[in-house]
Amino acid sequence: MRPVRGKRIVAILAAGGLTLAAAACGDAPDESPSGGGASAAPAYSACMVTDTGGIDDRSFNASAWAGMQAAADDQDNVKPKYVASTAEADYEPNLRQFVNQKCDFILAVGGLMATATEKVAKANPDQQFAIVDGAIQGAGNVYPMQFATEQAAFLAGYLAAGYTKTGTVATYGGLSIPPVTVFMDGFVDGVAYYNKQKSKSVKVLGWDKAKQNGTFADNFGDQNKGKSITNTFVAQGADVVMPVAGGTGLGTADVAKASGGKVSVIWVDQDGCKSAEQYCDVFLTTVVKNINEAVKEAVVNGASGQPLAADPGYVGTLENNGVSLAPYNQFDGKVDAGLKGEVDKLKQDIIDGTVKVESANAPK
Amino acid sequence: MSSDPSVEAPREDEAASPDDAAAAPTAGPGGSLASNFLHNLWSANTVVVTIWSIVLAMVIGAVLIVVSDSDVLAMFGYFTARPSDALTGSWDLISGAYADLFKGAVFDPATMSAWLHGTGSWRAAFAPISETLTYAAPLVFTGLSVALAFRGGLFNIGGQGQAVIGTITGAVAGFAFGLPVVLNLVVALICGALGGALWGFIPGILKARTGAHEVIVTIMLNNTAALFLTWLILQDGVQDPKRTDAISKTVAESAQLPSFGGALRVNLGIVLAVAVTAGVAWLLNRSSFGFELRAVGANPAAARTAGISVARTYTLLMVVAGGLAGLGGATQVLGTAYALTPAVAGNIGFDGLLVALLGRNRPWGTLLAAILFGALRAGGNRMQSFSGISLELVTVLQALIVIFIAAPALVKAIFQLRAARTARIGATMTKGW
Repeated sequence: MRPVRGKRIVAILAAGGLTLAAAACGDAPDESPSGGGASAAPAYSACMVTDTGGIDDRSFNASAWAGMQAAADDQDNVKPKYVASTAEADYEPNLRQFVNQKCDFILAVGGLMATATEKVAKANPDQQFAIVDGAIQGAGNVYPMQFATEQAAFLAGYLAAGYTKTGTVATYGGLSIPPVTVFMDGFVDGVAYYNKQKSKSVKVLGWDKAKQNGTFADNFGDQNKGKSITNTFVAQGADVVMPVAGGTGLGTADVAKASGGKVSVIWVDQDGCKSAEQYCDVFLTTVVKNINEAVKEAVVNGASGQPLAADPGYVGTLENNGVSLAPYNQFDGKVDAGLKGEVDKLKQDIIDGTVKVESANAPK
Repeated sequence: MSSDPSVEAPREDEAASPDDAAAAPTAGPGGSLASNFLHNLWSANTVVVTIWSIVLAMVIGAVLIVVSDSDVLAMFGYFTARPSDALTGSWDLISGAYADLFKGAVFDPATMSAWLHGTGSWRAAFAPISETLTYAAPLVFTGLSVALAFRGGLFNIGGQGQAVIGTITGAVAGFAFGLPVVLNLVVALICGALGGALWGFIPGILKARTGAHEVIVTIMLNNTAALFLTWLILQDGVQDPKRTDAISKTVAESAQLPSFGGALRVNLGIVLAVAVTAGVAWLLNRSSFGFELRAVGANPAAARTAGISVARTYTLLMVVAGGLAGLGGATQVLGTAYALTPAVAGNIGFDGLLVALLGRNRPWGTLLAAILFGALRAGGNRMQSFSGISLELVTVLQALIVIFIAAPALVKAIFQLRAARTARIGATMTKGW
């Protein structure tokens, strides 16, 4: 028994070794030292700590990282790196590790990191920090980046109300937390504004702004849940659905695709035709939160030596394109030109302040 | 360390069996301490298998580190032409990664010498070990919760839910009551334990009265607790009035577990954890309830025949186990987080399962296993930050260690360990369902 098994192992190892050896027969590269080190500007290390969503969450961590990389493409001296947090208890040590490494710019992603960032930032007043979706009172070294998402969602609500054939639109969220419900608040208000202007009565399913109560998948990754919620909405007559639920929303896109053009979807965060291309033909538009642009700008400014003032910091609005409606893409021909004009006008009205958009869930 | 029974116990087993040593061919008659040690090194007792499991996991981890680094992998492409590149590249990568793991978990020679030469602070020098103990403290409690239930024959998958409820009751007591110093902390901790105990009572009483399987019930209660937490945080009176996102008010300073502050996050929680470990060890091995629960765990039918109330034991056991996990949750929120957020309990309940398994369901073993897991987490943070190696590797290491522990026959075969006299080793996970 023993020797046979031994031989078998030897045979397997030999075969594996030969395969590896065959793969390992490439030529060695020349040992010429690369002539770096002559860069004009001193290196600017930009370090990012993700929240528990991780780097590939297809949402704000991914957007922020894309912004860091874009900054590195733009400015040669920017050296981006990141660490992922797997638990909230990791935020503080991860931020501290970057302080120890003397990063020039430390980015915390997500409002829930505010407490940890505040603590570490106050202990290291000379260190430049920045935070996405949060702000820290009285910390001059933390550059806040916040987004008035409700403004863009308001436009989406108006668009949906104007586009619907059935007179019913719907929205649902991943979890009942403010970064999600702020979209839903804006959407509902946009529909209400349309009804008021046009004396129509388009209904919104899935969210009651006054009661702050609605439909949630309790999940950001369960497509089947997204499908079943969407099917319920469709059965109640909805033909435009806005899921604010990350990957769960792909279930909605799936239902829309199967409906053969009857149901359309308003995507969120990043243009759906780029982040979920396969469903591009069902995306009416996207409520875009331009985190990557904001991060890129902050890093590029920091790297070129401009100060990052904590007050007022950065607030993404329709005006500075920090939030926006994405192009209609494949729906360009289907959306009536009059409606497009009204949406553009409404955008200008919001920028001018003649139309006010308010949400209890908006960042303070 | 030498007073630690879990480390000592297996050795005592071996030492106290002279005929076993004499029967073994390698150890001569009346073998000296050294030869006895060597003899034990290759026998498959719990300590040896644990150590070899860790070694094996780190070897596989090293392979994964190399495979996941495209630069070094490219060097293997011309291995036959110049092997030195690939070998030194791999060595630098692996040694750098594991050195960072160590520096992040135990101590960093650079900061230590800076402190000794007066150029650095003692805080920086002790920060790594502080991180390890900070991560370990909640795991001790959840690990003990699982271990204790297991000894009574119950598989408590509900550590997570019980810990979540513990964070809720602990934190709410911490910011709502406004009691004076000391008392506030004590009350908050007790509330945390009571919350967890309540969450353990439900599956306990259902198991005792109706026979509902505790695995199913506790899994469901995990979800219930998590969703209750996300709902509760946004309610008036709980949510931080200055914030719009999902975060509760901060626990009053008097209810926070005292710590050194700054980079030294280690707090009273770890001291509490050691004390509770001693308490659980006493409960299990010295008290009459401990005897009853071990009897029920070994054979419920026999225990019932002997006059032990199995239903009462199950209920009480789940209450105590839930209370321990709840205390773990309270330690987390009163020790490091200070406020409720949807993921405040992290993964401590599920990690507690692994910790208990690694500690072989014994109190002191669980404590050591929790410290090992804490060290891996703390070191992993530095490894990720400095060497750029994904934190997932730490999760893989933890999983591999547990897999090898759960499959001792594999470790025995790989290292050709001699069979140990005690049959305890395979018995860790044979029951459960």
